Amino acid sequence: MAQNVRPRVRVPATASAGEVINIKTLISHQMESGQRRDSDGNTIPRSIINRFTAEFNGDLVIEMDLEPAISTNPYIEFDATVPESGEFVFTWYDDDGDVYEDKHQVEVS
Amino acid sequence: MNLTRRSALAIGAGAIVVTMLPLGARADLSDDAQALVDEFAGGAELSEGGVTLTAPEIAENGNTVPISVDAPGAESILVLALGNPVPGVAEFKFGPLAGAQKASTRIRLMETQDLLVLAKMDDGSVKTARAEVKVTIGGCGG
Amino acid sequence: MMRLERLSTIAAAMVLMAVAAPLSADPVDDQLVVNGELELATDAPAPEHLQDRMSTIYSGWRFRDTETRDMQRDDFDNAMFLTVDAGIDLWNTPDGATNQSCADCHNDIEESMRGIRAAMPRVTEDGELWSIENFVNDCRENRMEAEPWGWNSNQMKQMTAAIALQSRGMPVAVEIDGEAAEFWERGREMYYTRFGQLEMSCANCHEDNQGNYIRSDHLSQGQINGFPLYRLKDQGPVSIHQRFRGCVRDTRGETFAAGSQEFRELELYVASRGLGLPIESPAVRH
Repeated sequence: MAQNVRPRVRVPATASAGEVINIKTLISHQMESGQRRDSDGNTIPRSIINRFTAEFNGDLVIEMDLEPAISTNPYIEFDATVPESGEFVFTWYDDDGDVYEDKHQVEVS
Repeated sequence: MNLTRRSALAIGAGAIVVTMLPLGARADLSDDAQALVDEFAGGAELSEGGVTLTAPEIAENGNTVPISVDAPGAESILVLALGNPVPGVAEFKFGPLAGAQKASTRIRLMETQDLLVLAKMDDGSVKTARAEVKVTIGGCGG
Repeated sequence: MMRLERLSTIAAAMVLMAVAAPLSADPVDDQLVVNGELELATDAPAPEHLQDRMSTIYSGWRFRDTETRDMQRDDFDNAMFLTVDAGIDLWNTPDGATNQSCADCHNDIEESMRGIRAAMPRVTEDGELWSIENFVNDCRENRMEAEPWGWNSNQMKQMTAAIALQSRGMPVAVEIDGEAAEFWERGREMYYTRFGQLEMSCANCHEDNQGNYIRSDHLSQGQINGFPLYRLKDQGPVSIHQRFRGCVRDTRGETFAAGSQEFRELELYVASRGLGLPIESPAVRH
């Protein structure tokens, strides 16, 4: 069970119509690979964030499938086109079924 | 990824051997990696160019290696770490609002190895890029 | 006994040979500007008490690779800010029998905690040498009537990281005279004392061999102005005493406990070797 999962997202608050903006996301997560063993020699079960999506006003920006080779506290940076004012929705999917969401408004002037 | 001193030494020694092998020998993919390539490419022929992989030549720590992939016009990009116990790293799919077909992330590399990147273009072709990242094993466990 | 001694001598000789190998690299020539606006000096003239041994002190940042250095140039690329954010939440969260938060007494962390980290560790009114962790737990136990946190617990690292950020850019300002002098002297003695089967002191690596490589690790001066920090190897936050423990353990020595009198004295002395550098926490190291 993942604990204290916390997203951090950087999105500009304003943009001009059609502008390409840079977005950085970070989420606190152990990303237990399933490859490690504990001190008794037992495999520590895999527990990772396996999927991430970024949408703007319901349209897909980027989707990512994550494997255990993604580092602890997954960092994802990408560019998005902002056609009009609206809302980014960022979603992380955990192996344990939990879903973490973060939303950001962008004002187009 | 917790390395004991002994396994770190073994990997250190292994890294030297890998570096000395001729390039051709290193191009061999494991069955797992080949299966991932075949599944992604779906029979399309692979060609180099059209996708850029940015990764450090030497990674100070294999636990957190920053990489970027960039393939203008791609629908999706697959990243494989050929020397990891599990070669899959990530797959990016770009939607209509992607500002560019590029992304950056941070990955784990078990040892010195090649990264292989495949980009599926909108015309169905598949482009590849490959780069070696040397992973150093530090003296200080901490 | 004989065999053990010989073994340790051989081991020490091997390590020294590795250290003495002609692999040397000066600190990289680079400037640390955070978020494109906050300039943090990463070198300074050595403080007076060090000048017979070195002329310039360098932040550990200058000994790291490009990719690691880059992660500290932008607070968003710096994963330690996950820890800082959690610490600021804790600051505002009531706890203990009194159901009070840090903020209930200390209000805005940016105001009340400014400069605190830069002056740590320091001597209390009762004449004890305390690290920031001691002060946090003192508040928790005696004011909040809450359970103390473990020295290296997540919560403690989160809180100390949030507090340390409020000193970022301020010069290290530990007191080493007066009541602090005896603690500082003992810390200094410890710094030059060889520990463990490898018979290595802090100075063997971080003074005599700064800039050299121990295997593939580029030896820094062991400055602690960036702590608590994000360490890539641990993929998480690391405290000063945690790092000390790791170093002593690497000498194959019996290490001291985090929070021990010995490590607090060592912390004071090592902090004083950074007098002139700004607090850099939350830093990123490899």
